[in-house]
This record gives sequence, structure tokens and C-alpha cells, in this order.
Amino acid sequence: MIRYAVRRAALALVVVAGVVILTFVIADVVPGDPAATWAGPHASAAQIVRARQYLGLDQPLPVRIGKYFGGIVTGNWGISIHTHRPVLSDIGTAAPATLELVIAALVIAVAVGVPLGLAAARWPGSLLDHGIRAGSVLGVSMPVFWLALILQLIFAQRLRLLPVAGQYDPNLIFSHPLATRTQMPVVDSLISGNWAVLGSALRHLILPALVVAAYPAGVVARMTRAQLLDTLGETHVQMVRSLGFSERRVLGTFAMKLAWNPVAAVLALVFAYSLVNTFLVESIFDWPGLGSYAAASVSSLDTPAIVGVTLFIAVIYVASNLVVDVVQAALDPRIRLR
Amino acid sequence: MTALPAPAAPPPVPAPRRLAPLRRAVRASPLITAGGAIALLIVLAALAAPLLAPYPADAGSATHPEIALHAPSLRHLFGTDQVGRDVFSRVLYGARVSPLVALFVLLIACAVGIPLGVAAGYFGGVLDEIIMRVTDVFLAFPPLLLALAFATVLPASLTSLTIAIAITWWPWYTRLVRGQAASVAGRPYVEACRALGIQRWRILLRHVLPNSVTPVIVQVSLDVGGVILTASALSFLGLGAQDPTPDWGLMVAEGENYFTTQWWLVTYPGLAILLTALAFNLLGDGLRDVLDPRWVPGVRER
Amino acid sequence: MKLEIRDLEVRFGTRLAASVAELSVDGGEIVGLAGESGSGKSVTILAVLGLAGTAGATVTGSVKLDGQELTGLSGAALRAVRGRRIAAIFQSPSLAFNPVFRVGAIMSRTLRLHGLPADEARQRADAAMRSVLLSPSLLRRYPAQLSGGQLQRVAIALALALRAEVLLADEPTSALDVTVQAEVLELLRELRDSRGMAILFVSHDLAVIAELCDRVAIMRSGEVVEQGPTRRVIAAPHHEYTRELLAAVPRLAVPEPGT
Repeated sequence: MIRYAVRRAALALVVVAGVVILTFVIADVVPGDPAATWAGPHASAAQIVRARQYLGLDQPLPVRIGKYFGGIVTGNWGISIHTHRPVLSDIGTAAPATLELVIAALVIAVAVGVPLGLAAARWPGSLLDHGIRAGSVLGVSMPVFWLALILQLIFAQRLRLLPVAGQYDPNLIFSHPLATRTQMPVVDSLISGNWAVLGSALRHLILPALVVAAYPAGVVARMTRAQLLDTLGETHVQMVRSLGFSERRVLGTFAMKLAWNPVAAVLALVFAYSLVNTFLVESIFDWPGLGSYAAASVSSLDTPAIVGVTLFIAVIYVASNLVVDVVQAALDPRIRLR
Repeated sequence: MTALPAPAAPPPVPAPRRLAPLRRAVRASPLITAGGAIALLIVLAALAAPLLAPYPADAGSATHPEIALHAPSLRHLFGTDQVGRDVFSRVLYGARVSPLVALFVLLIACAVGIPLGVAAGYFGGVLDEIIMRVTDVFLAFPPLLLALAFATVLPASLTSLTIAIAITWWPWYTRLVRGQAASVAGRPYVEACRALGIQRWRILLRHVLPNSVTPVIVQVSLDVGGVILTASALSFLGLGAQDPTPDWGLMVAEGENYFTTQWWLVTYPGLAILLTALAFNLLGDGLRDVLDPRWVPGVRER
Repeated sequence: MKLEIRDLEVRFGTRLAASVAELSVDGGEIVGLAGESGSGKSVTILAVLGLAGTAGATVTGSVKLDGQELTGLSGAALRAVRGRRIAAIFQSPSLAFNPVFRVGAIMSRTLRLHGLPADEARQRADAAMRSVLLSPSLLRRYPAQLSGGQLQRVAIALALALRAEVLLADEPTSALDVTVQAEVLELLRELRDSRGMAILFVSHDLAVIAELCDRVAIMRSGEVVEQGPTRRVIAAPHHEYTRELLAAVPRLAVPEPGT
């Protein structure tokens, strides 16, 4: 078990290294002079040259990559050319908001998708089944930015049921100051018992989370249904039925446990995919997350920031795949025993 | 010792036999019918846009500022946009843009991904390792981010958009094909071919390739929707088509500022994106059910 | 009679898959249901359990357990009978157990489903395992970690722990090695003798049936064509088909000395 995990981890590191190198190469090809951006619009030529030296941009690419690798481990992910702050701290500020959003979305997706997939598999071919299948395809086909705008229009602006944008009501900053620890308002307010902020944060979270959840919910529902239907013909299902278990438990307890595996694998992928996908949603809902940071970095050609964000997301992607691999091995003994 | 007669070229994989279940299933599955019907409509709309659009010039550079931001009416079914162009006509012409982008993206993805996958799967060993590691690296990149990065490198246009998305898409095909090719390569009849002295490229072309292709067909049909969504997302960000091209994503972006009052600017183009992605996803789903019902869908479900 | 089947007909749409005019199994006897693959034997077992519907079949006729009619019982009532009073073991033991559950987990869940408190469930499970000559520690294993023979014995232990009165065995030894087969057959004999179980043994292997069963019913294309005490059916078959089946059983020819 341990050996399996270690092997996967080693492979994962190789992949991440490759990602970093690739990003550097791409960023290098980008036209535009980061040194000039750093020095500012009124800088003299000499200042730009010094900026270049300071940023290490006068060194050849392999050297820069090498130094970067060295820096990663010590926590030096470079300085953002745009914000002039260490990239790692920038990411540290922006990431929790995105994580909060993505995790909320995935929770919704599983809470909605799994029961729907179960129901569809329970009565295959029924109207319910067709409806759920259509619904999941709909979720997967949804243009995220459009859904965000529509929901915002209907619920926030026309019906005025939910807030338009932001993470929580800014007025509460003064009346109920939030002790920030994880930088996630929902978590922080929960820990510190700040119910006012919790309520506000949850209300602000609903719309964006729903939008981001559309795709994963569709995927999870489809996968659950497909996996369950796949196993329905197998002997062990018939055996459990012959033991006297109700159809509900045959599907929900026994067949479902087998289905979790591939569903978990998909979730890992969707998790990383959603991290980046959210930046469309973030800009519409004014959500101060990684997506906005990434978009700003790209448009200002902020190489260290771009590399930093890419590295961060790649690490999360690889890590979540790793976690899923290990969890799969834990859930399905056949994988370990191979 | 009498020389054996030169082995005849092996017969190609019998394609016609595979179509029969397709015809049967089309009648049986409501999914394919629905998806196929909508997709057909969209293709027709794209082809017949000049005939169907009431104001074809509006899809080009024509502007009519005096009738800007009119609500939907009989004269302008979907209303007019911020420079007075007929939204309905532009949406119709938009049907030419997105599917075409998807087509080219997937063509490139296949052209790059399949040969690499076949090579990796068939030859195995070091080549396999190298190709798969490179593929893994590209796969670790969230598609949107990589496409974004590429799209900013190249000047914003539909072409650069296509290339950017294609770069993120090919790894899936490599991985998909590699598994197939590897299993085919191990089969006895391939060994027999080798023993008979048939050249490698012949084996690859006549045996390995056709037999690795079914999951690709399904994946392509499933991917069309995904590419369209990604392309429209990038266009929404301004990295793809530029004004006055009637790209749906671009139209949503242009209409965003007016959205709270002039909802039609965003609603209709977005709906078009939704319907197109939906149609191709349904089609892909149905195709998957028919061609390979035992195949567990590739982890990337687009 | 423990189990009485009368005028049972199992249909898939219009196709008649199995037709059993009369078949009964009493406590303390093993009745064989013999026939070629696809003759409808397995479907009969499903029908007795009331599970033919899950395979898409419709059932008419009567199945009585201790005189109580099973067909037409409500879902809940049938579920109380399944496992608890009528148990089944299947052909491929490695496929019959859900691979992501420890075998002991399946056993304990089933016992608790039928009303046993947790500790008594564990005691019964351990005792049952010992009865089938397996160490109770094997309950902690996953199906992939047990051999086919062991798994089949676990399945039998499950029936034992539940104190089932009837055991439906669907080709339980077909997927096992001959030596392991013998062990399982011996176990079945013991169940018949010491526990008084009524066992319906379905198989295509006439040799095994001849060795194990007290009575045998021959099935052809879903229809029972002959029934009777095993010895009589083999020595003096009434039906043409029975004669064909018997003739088809390969016999080990002992070579003449000197050749």
C-alpha cells in the first residue's frame, strides 16, 4: 500500500516538473517585456535594465528554470511583476476563495448527482430515468458564463432573493469583524461562531456554487447511473438479492460501493478542471479568487504569477489524482492486490 | 523448398457490418434521434444562414445605431444589439463559427494524438514512456488555462483560438489510442503478421489503426460539445473571434454590460451555445451506446 | 414436503424458458435437476426465489414452502423468506461475492438484516465457518483473497448461519477443480444428513448428480421430461432424452491387461 502511494507520488513529481518547464517555455515566447512592466511606464532605459537584472531576466532560460526549481522548495515562487508581492503570498490570498467555491460546488454536485444517478438506475427506461439522463447531459452542456449571468439576473436582480456579487456583505466587516484563519469566510465564521457572517457568506455562495456545480453534477449523475447499470447484471448483485435485501439496499449499499471508485476518479479531474473554470464565474460574481488572479496575470504578462498559478493548479491536479488513486486502492482491494 | 506465395494484403476491417447496429439503434434510442435532429438543424442553419437570416449584412460589418438595443419584435425576432444589428441573423451566422472551430480542433487533435498513441502503444518500451510522460504533462494542464496561455501568446483570432484549444485536446486521444494499440499489438494475429514478414507500417495501418479507432469515434462525438463550450468561453474572454464576427461567446461578452435591461443580447447567443453543445453531447452519448456499450466513458466526460 | 413446485412456468415475453409440472424436495434429501446448459435450470431457481422478474421473466404456477404459497407474496414477505429460509449458492463463487466487501461483512449484514443482534450474528458466523471447515479469520478477507473452493464454502456457511431450511444450488461445483468439488459435495451431504436441509442441486454434470442426489429430474429445453430416484433413472431411464444424456457421459475405460 505504501509502496504504491510512493510510486505514484514520484511519478506525480515528474509530471509537475514537466509542467513548470513547459510553462517557462511558453512564458518565454510571449512578446512583451516583463522588466518594463515591473519598472513602470515612466521608467528610464537604465532603470529597465536594472529591473531586468533584479528580476534575473538577463539569465538564460535553463538557468532561470533551475533557479526556480530551487526556489519552489524554499517557498520562493518569485515576485509578481504586477503586484510586486511574492507570488506565493498572492496565491495564498486568492486560492482559498476559489477553493471555497469549488468545494461547495462539488459537495452540491455529489449531493445531487449521486441520488439522481441511483434513482435513474433503479428504474431504468422510465420517465424518471430519461429525465435524469437529459438533465445530466444538460448540465454538461451548459456554458458556465451564460448560466452565471442568467442566474444572477433572475435571482439576484429581478427576484432580489440573493446577493449579486461578493463573498459576503461588506458592511459586516465593521459590525461583525471576521477572524480570518483559513481565509474562507464560511469556514472562518463557522469556527469563530460568527453567525451573521456565516449567514451572509452562505447566501453569497449559493449562486456561484450552483453555477460551478452544474457540470460536475451532470458528470456524477451520468457516471453513477452508468456504473450501477453496469453491475446490475452481475452474479453478486443477484446473490445479495437472494439473501433478502431490498432493491433499495441492493443498489444503494452494495452496488453503490462498487460505483464510488470511478466516480471518485472523475471528481478528482473535475476538481482541477473547476479550479480554472471558476474564473469565468469569479469575474461575474466579483469573487476574489484564483481565477481573477490568473486572468489578471495573463493579461499583464506577469510571468512569475502565471508560472505560479499554473504550478499551483498543476500541483493540485496531480495531488488530487494521487489522492484518488490511493483512495481507489483503499476502496477496491483488487487494485492493491494486483 | 518451394517458396510460399506472397501473402495477400490483409482484408481491411469490414466497416459495413458495423453500420447495421447503428441503423437499428437510431430507431431505438430517443437520445440519438433528439441529438441528431437538433444537430442537423444547426448544421442546416449554418449552411442556409444567408437564406434564413432576415438581415445577413448584420452578420458582417453593417451597423444601424439608430435601432440599437431594440427589444425582440416581429421585425427583429431576437432584438437588436448595441449597434443595431439583428441578433437573430447574427445567431444564425454564428452557427457557422463554433462547429467549424470544433471540427478543426478535433482534426488537429486526432492528427497529432492518434499517431503518437499508436506509436506509444505498439512499440512500447522507452518510446512509450517518453510519449506518455509528455502526454501526462499536457494533461496536467487544466485545458482552459493552457488554452488561455496560448491564446495570449498569439494574436487574438479564431485561428489562434483553434490552435490553442487543439494543443490542450490532443493528449486525450494519445492516451485513448495507446491503450487500444497496446492491446491490439499483443494479439496473436498481429504476431502472425510479423512472422509472415509484413512490414511494420503496413501492420500499423491495416490492423492496429482500424481496431483502435472505435473509442476515438465516440470520444470525438462527445468532445464536440466540450470544444464548443471551451471555444465560446475563450471568445467570451476576448481571446477568439473579434468584432464583427458573429461568434456566440463574443456576443455574450459584448452584451454583458447591457444584460440587466437588454437581456436578449446575452440570452439568445448563450442558448445557441447550450443547444449546440447539448445536441452533440446527446449524439455522442447515443453513438457511444450503440458502438460500444461496454465501454466505460473516458474520464473526461464532455 | 419442504419445497413443492407445481405447474411452474417461466416466460421471457412469449418464449417459455422453463416448465416444471411437478418437482418437490423434502427435508433431508438432495434432488438433482439435470440438463444441458440453457435448458432453463437456473431460471427455475430464480423463479423459486421470486427473482425471475429481475431477469425480465414472468412466472405462473405454484411454489410452496412447508405448505405456504410463495408466489404472490408481497415484496416484504418474500424478502423475509429469502436467505432466512431459502438460500442459494451460485455457479462462480468468485463472481457471487461483491468484490469490495469483506465476506464477513456480507455475512454479518445479512444476519442482522434477518433480525440477529450483532454479537449473536458474529457467533453464528464463526460457528458456521467452522462447520464448513474454514477458519473464522477468513471472514476478514476480500473475495479476491480466497480461492473458489473457499468462497463456495463461505456461501454454504452463510446458508448455515442463517439456518436456512432449503438450499438451492445452481451448478455450485462447475467452476471448481475436481478435488475441491469433492469437498463441496461432501459438505452438501453433511448438510442433508446432520441439518436435514432440503437441497435442490442443479447441474449439467450427470456424473456428479448420479453420485450426490437421492432423486433426479431431467430437464430438456425447459421442460422436466423424467423424474425419479437416481438409481432407477440411471439404470432404467424411461425417456429417450435421458438415455441420450446417459450415453453422452464419458466413462473412464480401463485398458485390457497386456495391451
